[in-house]
Amino acid sequence: MRYYSSDYIVLRNEERCIACGVCERQCANGVHRKDPDTGKMTADESKCVDCQRCVCMCPTRALAIRKNPNEFRDNANWSMQAIEEVEKQAESGGVLLSSMGNPQPYPIYWDHILLNASQVTNPSIDPLREPMETKTFLGSKPDRLEYSKTGKLLTNIPPTVELNSPIMFSAMSFGSISLNAQKSIAMAAKECNTFFNTGEGGLHKELEPYADHCIVQVASGRFGVHKGYLDRGKIVEIKIGQGAKPGIGGHLPGEKVNYEVSQTRMIPEGTDAISPAPHHDIYSIEDLRQLIYSLKEATHYRKPISVKIAAVHNIAAIASGAVRAGADIIAIDGFRGGTGSTPTRFRDTVGIPVELALASVDQRLRDEGIRQQVSLVVAGSVRNSADVVKAIALGADAVYIASAALIAMGCHMCRTCYTGNCNWGIATQKEELTRRLNPEIMSERVANVFRAWDHEIKELMGGMGINAIDSLRGNRLMLRGIGLTQKELDILGIRYAGE
Amino acid sequence: MIRNRKGEQNMKKVYAIEKLCLNCRLCEVYCKTAHSKSKDVVKAYKFEQPAPVARIFVEGDNRRSFALQCRHCAKPKCVEACITGAMQKDPVTGVVSNDPERCVGCMTCLAVCPFGVLREGAIAYKCDLCQGEEEPACVKNCPNHALIYVEEGTQK
Repeated sequence: MRYYSSDYIVLRNEERCIACGVCERQCANGVHRKDPDTGKMTADESKCVDCQRCVCMCPTRALAIRKNPNEFRDNANWSMQAIEEVEKQAESGGVLLSSMGNPQPYPIYWDHILLNASQVTNPSIDPLREPMETKTFLGSKPDRLEYSKTGKLLTNIPPTVELNSPIMFSAMSFGSISLNAQKSIAMAAKECNTFFNTGEGGLHKELEPYADHCIVQVASGRFGVHKGYLDRGKIVEIKIGQGAKPGIGGHLPGEKVNYEVSQTRMIPEGTDAISPAPHHDIYSIEDLRQLIYSLKEATHYRKPISVKIAAVHNIAAIASGAVRAGADIIAIDGFRGGTGSTPTRFRDTVGIPVELALASVDQRLRDEGIRQQVSLVVAGSVRNSADVVKAIALGADAVYIASAALIAMGCHMCRTCYTGNCNWGIATQKEELTRRLNPEIMSERVANVFRAWDHEIKELMGGMGINAIDSLRGNRLMLRGIGLTQKELDILGIRYAGE
Repeated sequence: MIRNRKGEQNMKKVYAIEKLCLNCRLCEVYCKTAHSKSKDVVKAYKFEQPAPVARIFVEGDNRRSFALQCRHCAKPKCVEACITGAMQKDPVTGVVSNDPERCVGCMTCLAVCPFGVLREGAIAYKCDLCQGEEEPACVKNCPNHALIYVEEGTQK
């Protein structure tokens, strides 16, 4: 007997259902089934994860998935979810797993920040009529420029990379997502002149044509890291932590490590790919400096080195240390950032919102006079172009998006990536499922999101009377808080609406 | 434009890309609908009599599948075998079609077709490439672009 009920119910409009069986063949969870006796479609709702694949594919729109109306006795403390989680653990004796970002109702600071617009005293700009610049350069900037008497630049300019818009695709490894998903994002990154990130799973040989738009990650497991890998990437990123699971490493179960994954990760087929919680050669800022400079040395000081850290309580001090250790880019991953799999308790309770982390890091680096030495990239649930604009105004140089890119490919945030049964062909390695992503179609959809956001960013900037993203960066006067306490306003470094 | 030895333009055909086929079989649903009177999926499946017939079939299962329909052969065996002259290959378009007025339902064409793409019913049913439409219904509605409608010789 199972002690908990199904999360969802399947509503099938019998008037419209033609029993074509598309839902049955498209559901890897085995929810739908044609009853051989009646010839009608039926459903085992206990297996439904609400991924919406059947709903989208049904040619007569006969399907809808609803929350199961079943209720427990009202209890503000012991919610239905809290009770069911204990029941699941009573059954399995294991750690609860979850996927994607923190869904708990914590404050979303993006939604408490409002943008400014020009009226009368300074003109707003129409981006369709006037040039508008969203081009972004990432990397360390020199403290000052020195010229010779003849006007020749004497200062050695550190390596930088150029993006068409301050949006990059965040780290998702081959293993956590399918090769077709990675390839779709890589193709979109190339088309939009931005970057995708390999995650810690190595660079598959089919992605090498897109290497000019690739950030290669070096994580605690060092999977897939070799000289060619470092040479191919335009940025090398050291992954210290991930917003969805600060303080722990990763675990790709052996059943997902098929031949292709094993080749790319350089591990035996079928073995678990376990990334340790810490880098075992980094126990201090000095150790981090050693790894940063090892990578700089290995790449002949031609590539910016990024350090990705999860947004945690001491983020400002940690970021300051990372800058002093030689990082050219710091990526801050907030607690709403996604993942293929993480213990539920970590996802839902560890880390802090990226908005607060970003504001405090930017302020700290400015106070210490080292802000120009590093570019700040924020990740962890940037949901739309307004979030991007707010992030830039809070001090970010660029943002990472991942969930939004997956949503463009069909992800409906059912948050069961850890099962490996992704019906959209994203978070799975099963060939019959990964085939569902045609990179030709999906790269275009991902690129469309990028282009639409870039356009919206330009519109929003134009409204503020700003014609270059550099004039928006760290321009917190363009922001006002709403529904925030004085403490929150102080940390964000913004005024209240009306002030 | 690809031309054959005689300098004629090659005819456009439907090609299946096996590695992209999802086995969803929506092509069958939309083929049946396109060949119905109402052109409405629900009516085509639930109410129309005689029931419309799909002329495309997905072979295989979720692991490996592809859609198959009439190949509109250069020298069609079905045309050769037809006892009433109902089965004809259009000399201009190259489309092989069955004239329902003349077909007597002897199914000789089924027996000789090397691809097994004809379907038995009151008459023999087969793909007509949705003549008059810009592209066949199966191609238009394939969610993963696993079916393409291109000139012979240009398919990958």
